[in-house]
Amino acid sequence: MTIDIDHIRADFPILADTINGKPLVYLDSANSSHKPQSVIDAMSTFMAHQYSPTNRSAYFLAAQATEMYEGARTKVAKFINARHAHEVVFTKNATESLNLVARAWGAANLSTGDAIVLTHMEHHANIVPWQMLAAEKGFTIRWVPLTADGLLDLSHIDQLLDGAKAFSFTSMSNVLGTINPVKELVSLAHRHGAIAIVDGCQSVPHMPTDVQDWDADFLAFSSHKMLGPTGIGMLWGKESLLDAMPPFLGGGNMIADVTLNGFTCAELPAKFEAGTQPIVEAVGLSAAVDYLNAIGMHNVRQHEMEISRYALDTLTQRFGEDIVIHGSKNVEVRGATFSFAFRDVHPHDISQVLDQHNVCVRAGHHCAKPLMRLLGAHATARASFYLYNTTDEVDALCDALTETGEFFTL
Amino acid sequence: MPGLEDLYREIILDHYKSPRNRGTLEPPAIRTEGHNPLCGDEIEVYIAVDNDIVSDIKISGQGCSISQSSASMMSAAIKGKPVAEVRALIHRFKHMMSIEDVEEPDTSAPLGDLEALQGVVKFPVRIKCAVLAWNTLAEGLDTAAQ
Repeated sequence: MTIDIDHIRADFPILADTINGKPLVYLDSANSSHKPQSVIDAMSTFMAHQYSPTNRSAYFLAAQATEMYEGARTKVAKFINARHAHEVVFTKNATESLNLVARAWGAANLSTGDAIVLTHMEHHANIVPWQMLAAEKGFTIRWVPLTADGLLDLSHIDQLLDGAKAFSFTSMSNVLGTINPVKELVSLAHRHGAIAIVDGCQSVPHMPTDVQDWDADFLAFSSHKMLGPTGIGMLWGKESLLDAMPPFLGGGNMIADVTLNGFTCAELPAKFEAGTQPIVEAVGLSAAVDYLNAIGMHNVRQHEMEISRYALDTLTQRFGEDIVIHGSKNVEVRGATFSFAFRDVHPHDISQVLDQHNVCVRAGHHCAKPLMRLLGAHATARASFYLYNTTDEVDALCDALTETGEFFTL
Repeated sequence: MPGLEDLYREIILDHYKSPRNRGTLEPPAIRTEGHNPLCGDEIEVYIAVDNDIVSDIKISGQGCSISQSSASMMSAAIKGKPVAEVRALIHRFKHMMSIEDVEEPDTSAPLGDLEALQGVVKFPVRIKCAVLAWNTLAEGLDTAAQ
């Protein structure tokens, strides 16, 4: 093991809990991750002893809370190697971040006759905001297809990007686990004069992120998938783009001045942060970033590659043709998220039997219905692993699957 | 904690493995689609209504064992029954599933094998699976009445 797994597990109180006398085998971190004690403590201490609104008052508590809120921004900016902290905008979640890009950048830059490019493996959050805007503005959406093993098929990418104004893609599929070549995709987009928007929800929590190395234009990601609380998401954008964009939501905090005739916008990042912000959540997120930094994102990735190898080997050895694991079998190009079909047992029934052993997997379409249609599946079961998961938990998944098979023998 | 046997009763698995009344009906039979957007289950219910009697019913689509067996048992229970009786049974079934807006039902509509689905109530996430076919059938009956 590249990381001290026992030590890490001890930091997550819920992992020591039992349900009906059995330990929790949490394999749903691609959906949302658990939280270490340090995140829980940071939020609880902040609410108990340090809470105050930010940015508005001169008293000590307000200044301290503002410092903590802005400190979270600085930490997040460093975590993804952003050039400036003010390029990081806090939102409600990554979905809102993508809606912000569509509504602010998209509404100002896209019109009839234009085209944008998405991929066939996008989450609904990177599809629907564009479809909503396309219905108003009349631009077209082009789709990058997939190869048989679940990678992006770039054989016609130049045609697809020709004349496109934006290329918005996930850095890692929440269904297939595919890790996309972000730097190469950004470069392709730029060569065709398109901006590159990255949905980083699935990759940022699991591996190092460097937006400057990528030369990306926007990156959307969420706190709750990277050990932080729900209720706060992030949009990073290049300063020049954020500066040129109209605001998203209007209200307090985002203005420089308001008169009866109109308003002027505040500077970045306040321009995109209307109303009272998720202050407590930012404090929790800050502790989550500290926690991940202490372990090291390279180590997180190494650990998950080991788990992935073990999971692919074990599932295949134990179940052979009874299991179909979607996506690539090469751990270099996939993360530790495995969607699978097991015999002809419906994913809901799989997850129900697994739940008897506290093995938590997601069953359904994973908010990626176009991809599910491509896979020819209405639903899949999905087991996803994180830094706190062990190979023993892969075995627990397999044991529960064996029982599922016995129960549903037709 | 309720066990698997509370949910997957033998008769339910039997209907799942050997679904009754699978297939489609040609117009003028009424075709109604139902979706469970959370899990992607899809169902199509075809009904032929003659002289206020559901003379035939066919089910197609795909879903989990609970949604499929519920649909199969429903089809067996209502085929050949008067529309009023079918509506009463829908009402009674939804009441058994603790769907909130259903008042105390008319218990004259016998549940028969459908009682096996009672265990689903202990698994609230699966209630939507069990009632999908029934809601779709109710919609089909509304169309037939127009």
